Amino acid sequence: MDRAGTSAASTGPASTTAVAAAVADAHRREWAFVLAATVRITGDLDDAEEAVQDAYARALETWPERGIPANTGAWLTTAAKRRALDLLRHSDVSRRALPKLADVDERAAASGAPLTEDREEPVVSDDRLRLIFTCCHPALAFESRVALTLRMVCGLSTPEVARAFLVSEPTMAARITRAKHKIAQAGIPYRVPADDDIRERIEGVLDVVHLVYATGHTAPAGAELIRRELSERGIELAELLRLLLPDDPDVAGLLALIYLTEARRPARTDGEGAEVLLEHQDRASWDRRFIERGLDLLAVASDAAHPGRFTLLAAIGAVHDSSPTWEQTDWQRIARLYDTLRDVWPSPVVELNRAIALGFARGPDAAMPLLDQLALEPQLVRYPYVQAARADMLQRLGRAEDAALAYDEAISLSDNDRERARLQRKRDALGQRPADPASRFDG
Amino acid sequence: MAEYILLVHTDETQMASAPGEAVSSPFQEFMERNADRLVTGAGLTGRDTATSVRKDSSGNVTVTDGVFVESKEVLGGYWVVDVADLDEAIALAKQVPVVGGGVEVRPVAMRS
Repeated sequence: MDRAGTSAASTGPASTTAVAAAVADAHRREWAFVLAATVRITGDLDDAEEAVQDAYARALETWPERGIPANTGAWLTTAAKRRALDLLRHSDVSRRALPKLADVDERAAASGAPLTEDREEPVVSDDRLRLIFTCCHPALAFESRVALTLRMVCGLSTPEVARAFLVSEPTMAARITRAKHKIAQAGIPYRVPADDDIRERIEGVLDVVHLVYATGHTAPAGAELIRRELSERGIELAELLRLLLPDDPDVAGLLALIYLTEARRPARTDGEGAEVLLEHQDRASWDRRFIERGLDLLAVASDAAHPGRFTLLAAIGAVHDSSPTWEQTDWQRIARLYDTLRDVWPSPVVELNRAIALGFARGPDAAMPLLDQLALEPQLVRYPYVQAARADMLQRLGRAEDAALAYDEAISLSDNDRERARLQRKRDALGQRPADPASRFDG
Repeated sequence: MAEYILLVHTDETQMASAPGEAVSSPFQEFMERNADRLVTGAGLTGRDTATSVRKDSSGNVTVTDGVFVESKEVLGGYWVVDVADLDEAIALAKQVPVVGGGVEVRPVAMRS
């Protein structure tokens, strides 16, 4: 290991700043690649994680003297595989005898491999895909899948994952440990699922990636509306999936949705970080490049015989992104897309958005009966957007008093400070006195 | 290869044939199709025949009528299967012809 980085292609001594930047960059771009390749040696996520962390630490130590290798990912992979073999040699015999997920040939190849940046063997791109499918296995709790994906595929540290979901570090550490334990003990395989299961399993992966992006895009709780560190990871994960599964229309659909949503980010908050609704956004500041990339991907995704949930959501996003003004929005088309979406993905949230679209397409009178009914839906009782939508439609109908009550309810249900402030401003603009809590039970 | 147990939970009220009857044909089919992976298994008589023996921390034993945990579904039988991984065990569990219930899949830690 002392000859680390003696590769001819290295650039020679590098400044510690340059090395720190190169390591940070490699952490961001190569973590999944390095870890996925290393799991093939260890057969265990825990050991692989340790070996990969060690490889990154070694890079920080050796690159200032030896230079930054041309292919940092391959250098780190070789270093991590070697470290993994060391760990295996020093672990107890029973563990070595049970290479649960491991590939014995891989071990033989890695043990003799010199530490250069050349890829020793063509590392199949499948490796990262295996890692993703393992982290997103349906036998794991959904919240564990999300946490594991951020830790293992994105390389976020446990404290970072904890912060992202506003839970304590020990809680998140325990969640990740439990998930890794289940993978090892229950025999969750490290491979791309069989054809019979692949559709279902890809959908499970897309749900995780969508949640990561959506949690960053509109933080469900906390002081900030947008959490860039999460939405960026969501974009990267979706781009990685698109790279690994280029023929899958639903993957293209999710990435289209994310691009078309991300395009509006510059206009979503004002100078103070407060939320600006679509209706009031400065459309000139929308990011044209994201819109174009999103529309291109949507065209690919829409070729599918049965466009999936994310493709339909992307199509709805595309209607907004292509509309020059709020007033010119094609609400009839959006309402039709929600009709299709509710066949593909029946859910109260889809019903809510469909009702809102109908309210704009045909007038608030068309939406109110649907919204009143949705407000009683058990799954939506704690969901602030039903009351926010009711408030908005009631306001359009000129029923200021009822609108004020609905705003009060929406404010009490929202956990996001920015969102509450926005709802409060709309409520204040109605000019109604603070509601008497008893009045809602009148008549 | 690894062993998993498939614990088959059934809703007896929805079962077509009376518990304890001869093996139904869907089960026969399942057994024939997967003969090479089924290590052992058993079908149980109905919940009315169950007796629970409980032991508290000081070693006192009580014997009561009924199943261990009251719920709509009751353990109706099990299979021990020998497969490569959890995915294969789940694939087998999906094929178990169970009515109004489901299958819990657990890795076997040790077997006598």
